Amino acid sequence: MNRQLRRLALVSVLMLVVLVGATTYWQAWAAGGLQDRQDNAIERVVQFTIRRGLIVPESGKAVFAANRRKRVSGQTFFFRRYPTLGLAAQTVGYSTAGHAQAGLEQSMNDYLTGSNTNLSNALQRQLDRLGGGTVKGNTLELTLDTSAQNLAMKELGNQCGAVVAMDVKTGAVLVLASKPTYNPNLIDEPGGYEKVLKIRGACGEGAALENRATAGLYTPGSTFKMITAAAALDTGKFKPTSPFYDPGYCIDYGKPVSNAGNPDQGGTEVFGHVDLAEGFQHSINSVFCNVGKALGARVILDYAKRFGFYSIPPLETPADERAASGLYVHGKLYDPADQNLVDAGRLGFGQERMLVTPLQMAMVGATIANGGLVPRPYVVQRIVGPDGSIVRDTRSSNLGRAIKPSTAAELTQMMVSVVQGGTGTAAQIPGVQVAGKTGTAETGVPDVYTAWFVCFAPADNPRFAVAVVLEKQLNGFGGAVSAPIAKAVLENLLHG
Amino acid sequence: MLTAVGFASVYIAGKSQISGASLTYAVFFLGLYLAAHIVARFTVPRADPYLLPLAGLLTAVGLTEIYRLGPANAFKQGLWIVISVAVFAATLIGLRRDYRVLESYKYLFGVGAIALLFMPLLPGVGQTVNGARLWVRAGGLQFQPGELGKVALIVFLAAYLREKREVLAQGRLKDWGPLLVIWGAAMMVLFVTSDLGSALLYYGIFLGMLYVATARFAFVAVGLGLFLAGSAAVYEGTPHVRDRVTNWLHPWTTHPVYCPLTGGTALRQDCTSYQEVQSLYSIAHGGFAGTGLGSGTFTNSAGQKIVPDLNTDFIYSALAQEIGLIGAAALVLLYMVFVLRGFRVALLANEGFSKLLAAGLTFGFALQTFIIIGGILRVIPLTGITLPLVSYGGSSVLSNFLILAGLMLVSDRSNRELEGDA
Repeated sequence: MNRQLRRLALVSVLMLVVLVGATTYWQAWAAGGLQDRQDNAIERVVQFTIRRGLIVPESGKAVFAANRRKRVSGQTFFFRRYPTLGLAAQTVGYSTAGHAQAGLEQSMNDYLTGSNTNLSNALQRQLDRLGGGTVKGNTLELTLDTSAQNLAMKELGNQCGAVVAMDVKTGAVLVLASKPTYNPNLIDEPGGYEKVLKIRGACGEGAALENRATAGLYTPGSTFKMITAAAALDTGKFKPTSPFYDPGYCIDYGKPVSNAGNPDQGGTEVFGHVDLAEGFQHSINSVFCNVGKALGARVILDYAKRFGFYSIPPLETPADERAASGLYVHGKLYDPADQNLVDAGRLGFGQERMLVTPLQMAMVGATIANGGLVPRPYVVQRIVGPDGSIVRDTRSSNLGRAIKPSTAAELTQMMVSVVQGGTGTAAQIPGVQVAGKTGTAETGVPDVYTAWFVCFAPADNPRFAVAVVLEKQLNGFGGAVSAPIAKAVLENLLHG
Repeated sequence: MLTAVGFASVYIAGKSQISGASLTYAVFFLGLYLAAHIVARFTVPRADPYLLPLAGLLTAVGLTEIYRLGPANAFKQGLWIVISVAVFAATLIGLRRDYRVLESYKYLFGVGAIALLFMPLLPGVGQTVNGARLWVRAGGLQFQPGELGKVALIVFLAAYLREKREVLAQGRLKDWGPLLVIWGAAMMVLFVTSDLGSALLYYGIFLGMLYVATARFAFVAVGLGLFLAGSAAVYEGTPHVRDRVTNWLHPWTTHPVYCPLTGGTALRQDCTSYQEVQSLYSIAHGGFAGTGLGSGTFTNSAGQKIVPDLNTDFIYSALAQEIGLIGAAALVLLYMVFVLRGFRVALLANEGFSKLLAAGLTFGFALQTFIIIGGILRVIPLTGITLPLVSYGGSSVLSNFLILAGLMLVSDRSNRELEGDA
């Protein structure tokens, strides 16, 4: 019987060895993946025993995200509260027990909870834990300018839309305003999340949780002429003085495309003999239709890419809360293999299937202002440890050169004339030269437009670029409704 | 003795981390252990010296974790340990001359096992807890008679197989009769009470002991074949079993599925597999070194329990979180050493009944450990059963102390005879 006994003993030991192996698998191999799962109730609780770092603007007294201490059955929990309410809700995001996380609260979670791995950090954390102390996170200092952000939110009012402002030299994002907004403190309240989902703006649509500034995709309309003009001038195929004849329409695929589709022109439908600069100043579609056809869609799209199109702009918010600009087909980014699949004429004046984000358009403005170098946008200036040490300080950098400095200078001149005597006169600021471009894109509903204004100032020594978009404007043109908002924000930034 | 002191100090260290007041528990437990030790010294002086300290250590680990999860339960568990030690002592004293008298009462044990298993089904005394009717209520105490039934069945099997092992190996149907009747009745009752974990355990013990007795691997193969066929039939026929298997194979879904608990749809991890999944999260949270005893996270921010039944079936996931991979591996190693000592007792025993008894008790102990921890770790489908000596539950502790007593009696006798021969 002993032989059988030995075998049975072997089977028993093997069973127990399997248990050690399986335990090792779950605690070492699979642990990381399990910890990241949203339904992990334990990690969700543990997270609230950590005193998260604050989220504050770099300067000013406002606090975007603070902590509320609460003791439940002998354990101390730290819940979030958001004193600035809807001011920058979509960018800051939320960290709650019931609905997980969003915004910087999600993407910067490792820093905010102090679990960004470096050795001394990990050691301190373990010591805190063993000593029964509270683990403290790092504070985020944002580049957002609360005064300008406040103003932008107020100017947007009840409309659906977004305002983005950035420092053209550093890429620091100063305003990321998105309307409609929501109160992040509601998220964790009973029924609060449902309330947030029901928020409606004047456009009739909700999606208050969406960060329209970075993820909202809109037809650029005539603001895209900045890209077309950049391509036209930078390739050397056109000069600002290149002559055009505008008969009031452009022949595209053998059919006339009337300028009348472009309400930006302010009623004038036939300009006759003009040059490229005048075409830009008055936003004449037929001129850019012809430029587009001459350049071809490939060249225009390649220039768009140099400005950052077709890739998700870098920013510290979660990647799925940002969108790439470009041609879209069936909700997917579309980069045509054959340029003949794209209507170069319509692309030239920003219709076709082009969709852009306000952040991308602010980057286009900032690039022209910055002499052709694309500034890399960022919103987290500094990460400060609980002991006051600086964990990370963002250094400004650029994403490469989009256009030659001379092209940038010519474009700046053309944009100045838009504000001085073209479609964007509403953005004039006394004593400061403003360069800008209007855009009024068709939405498919008659007389309802997406109204754009992209600008920067001062034109002779640029500091700030601003992009404004307003959704579903009934007879509202970019030059009339968006330009004043951009002007107000610019003034605030210049005087602040 | 040395081991005893060592384990006591470990125990005290573990306790003092929670609170000073719990020292009384440690002192009390140490006293209890010493009492058990002294009884064993006098009744079974030649018994394997490792078994009692190992069992004591496992019980202490369990009691510590039960105390950490809910001090009120630790008191009840302590009470049960006192009863168990008393029964343990009584068994040693009563059977110290020759435990082999049990052999003559084998049918009594066989029928007794069935009766014990059947008890919860009787109206009046039976209790249903968590959908399984496994409890009997007597006075203020709840009791799972099935746990004792397990020990009784092992005694029956050992005695019967010892007597009939030669003829069984020849495969004459007549000799199989009583065996299959009693064993079949046990399986029936277990399925009626939907105690799948125990059913699996009994089946495994039966096959293991049959193999040791007859040395016919063919029986095991046939048994496994029948098991697979039976499982397939049960899987088709019982939604309860189907759920368990589904939860085992696909605990996570990315889309809402039908949720039988609410009647609506939900992600499976929020519905039927919630307990399994959160228990895995608990284990994963422990990581390599664990959170430390007393620092684990078992309640949510509203103070509600995250994993239900944490101190019974799921105590391993609580322990794994607090003592980490190092501690959990050490715990399984303790089981391994206990099992190896148990098989050593079986190997050294010099006659069939003792060998089969020791092997059955030890294999049952190992298999039960595998069924519950393996279920928690998704090695096999999860079936609710206690972790021997560690889990909260009086009947479980009592039956495991009976197993311990049995092994020590066998070991004492064979060691005495070996020395006598020499």
